[in-house]
Amino acid sequence: MIEIHNLSKKYGTFHALKDISLHIEKGTVFGFVGPNGAGKSTTMSILATLMLPTSGVAKVGGYDVTQHPKEVRKRIGYMPDFFGVYDQLKSTEYLHFYGASYGIPRAEREQLIPQLLELVNLSDKADTYVDSLSRGMKQRLCLARCLVHDPDVLILDEPASGLDPRARIEMREILKELKLMGKTIIISSHILPELAEMVDEIGVIEHGEMVAQGKVADIQSRLRVKKVIHIRTLEREEELAEKLRDELHVTSVLTDNTGVHVHYSGDDVQQSALLRQVVSWEIPIVSFQEAQSNLEDVFLEITKGGPRE
Amino acid sequence: MNWSKALINPVIDKEFRLRMRSKRSMLSVLLYVLALGAIAMGFIYLFLYLGQRGPQRFDPQMSQMMFYVLSFAQLVLIAFMAPALTAGVISSEREKQTLSMLLTTQQSSATIVLSKLVSALSFMALIVLATLPVYSIVFLYGGISPKQLVSVFIFYLFVMLLLGSLGVMFSTLFKRTIVAIIVTYGAGLIIFLVTGLLYLFFMGIEQRNMYQSGQPIVPGSYSWVGYLLGLNPAGAMMSLFNPSFSEQVFMLRGGSLNSKAPIELWLEFFIVYSVVIVLALWVAIRNIRPVARRKRKVKISAQPPQGQETAGNEV
Repeated sequence: MIEIHNLSKKYGTFHALKDISLHIEKGTVFGFVGPNGAGKSTTMSILATLMLPTSGVAKVGGYDVTQHPKEVRKRIGYMPDFFGVYDQLKSTEYLHFYGASYGIPRAEREQLIPQLLELVNLSDKADTYVDSLSRGMKQRLCLARCLVHDPDVLILDEPASGLDPRARIEMREILKELKLMGKTIIISSHILPELAEMVDEIGVIEHGEMVAQGKVADIQSRLRVKKVIHIRTLEREEELAEKLRDELHVTSVLTDNTGVHVHYSGDDVQQSALLRQVVSWEIPIVSFQEAQSNLEDVFLEITKGGPRE
Repeated sequence: MNWSKALINPVIDKEFRLRMRSKRSMLSVLLYVLALGAIAMGFIYLFLYLGQRGPQRFDPQMSQMMFYVLSFAQLVLIAFMAPALTAGVISSEREKQTLSMLLTTQQSSATIVLSKLVSALSFMALIVLATLPVYSIVFLYGGISPKQLVSVFIFYLFVMLLLGSLGVMFSTLFKRTIVAIIVTYGAGLIIFLVTGLLYLFFMGIEQRNMYQSGQPIVPGSYSWVGYLLGLNPAGAMMSLFNPSFSEQVFMLRGGSLNSKAPIELWLEFFIVYSVVIVLALWVAIRNIRPVARRKRKVKISAQPPQGQETAGNEV
């Protein structure tokens, strides 16, 4: 659905993107990760036909973004990282305006807009002026706006930035629904860790270069992100830590006021053996728990050492 | 209906709604009419009661005079209003961060630019039409034909279109609204003031040269300097009121009264600035989507024919 070949973008002497290549299949949810200024927004702007690459090719649905921008625009719903709304419009009018801008006839829009508002849980705000909506609501309204022409591809630049946890969860639920609808979604986001379960592939970008790309599981295993086992005891924490350090597959042990953190490289069978071992020491253990390694860890792991081949 | 669909596109529809919903719009209509009304009342007061010969009759000649005063005052008000209303149309969307989303819709660059211009012009036309009751004072006393009034209003529309096109162009060229507004005022200043000053300056030089050379004036000759005043809205408007004004402008002092003007000033004004308007709008349309403009450059170096074709579709 989306093809990017050797895409580069220069601003004067600054290289915002260096030879990025990317292939995203239809129906894939692609998470774009990277620190601020890494080139995520630049890539997305190019895909949204708002910017021209210095070199390279970007295609959406087989259409080149520079040669056939109009065709591309039909197929994408773009949500910028920062956006404004027209204050003096009501929610429905706002959607009517964009619907009309995509050439959707009024009769069709009358049907469509209530559905969109329902999808983003704004049905009760249909006649509210846009400027009186909360930030989370505006964000959701903007998402509804992206969907107004039923695009195949959604390009969402930081759709959850600046949202409170509740609004993030709501946004995530909507995105899950969109995924079920078969949309191809490119998303760059702070909530990526939370999105881990719905993102199929990730691309990690840093200093304009793609440092890692592929299925989430592949990347996780490739980077051998170690398991972290969290053990909470009633007492004798230090003794436990001391004993654990001599166990097989334990790479390091840390203690803090929440308990003992064991970095463990063994598999599940070995881990269960470890648990038996720990219990046999008769230290009063409250919990023995494998901490979820999430995308955030992956991200930190990848970007801490700079570009990596 | 098809024609209403063609005339009211989504961008115009939205602009109209936004414009008419803001309190500022209503306030500016009010203030504008008040300002022009104050000028009219001030004029009447000044000439009827403060004249050297004591209180006077308000005769048709006086009302004609008043018409001129009102018309020039209105022209100045338009010169102040047009840049403020148009120089922000694109850059303010950019500042409010709504432009990128508008640009990813199916609306063409030309539709966006022209719709915004039309909406701003419609509002200005509304304001100017709202001053018609003030003009009715003039009609009360006579001395002015409806035709003159209509031609003046058409002239206003043209001046608004001119300043509006420049405003929209600068709005696409500059990222910040305030810069665009200042530059548009600068352009307005050149059109309104600098052309007039240049006329006076060069006319002075021409007169001097003529006296120094001491040659008799060839009947039917005229001075090129007159063209300069044709670039000035006030000069052009004067020639609308008074057909012989153009002749006087082109004539050197001491010249033959038979020498005819090569062109009516207002006609020159329309022709020259029509070109400016078209150019300004073309630049604005080319610039609103940075991709379109750069794409053309890239394409020309790569494969010219196809590039122009796509560039055409784009607009």
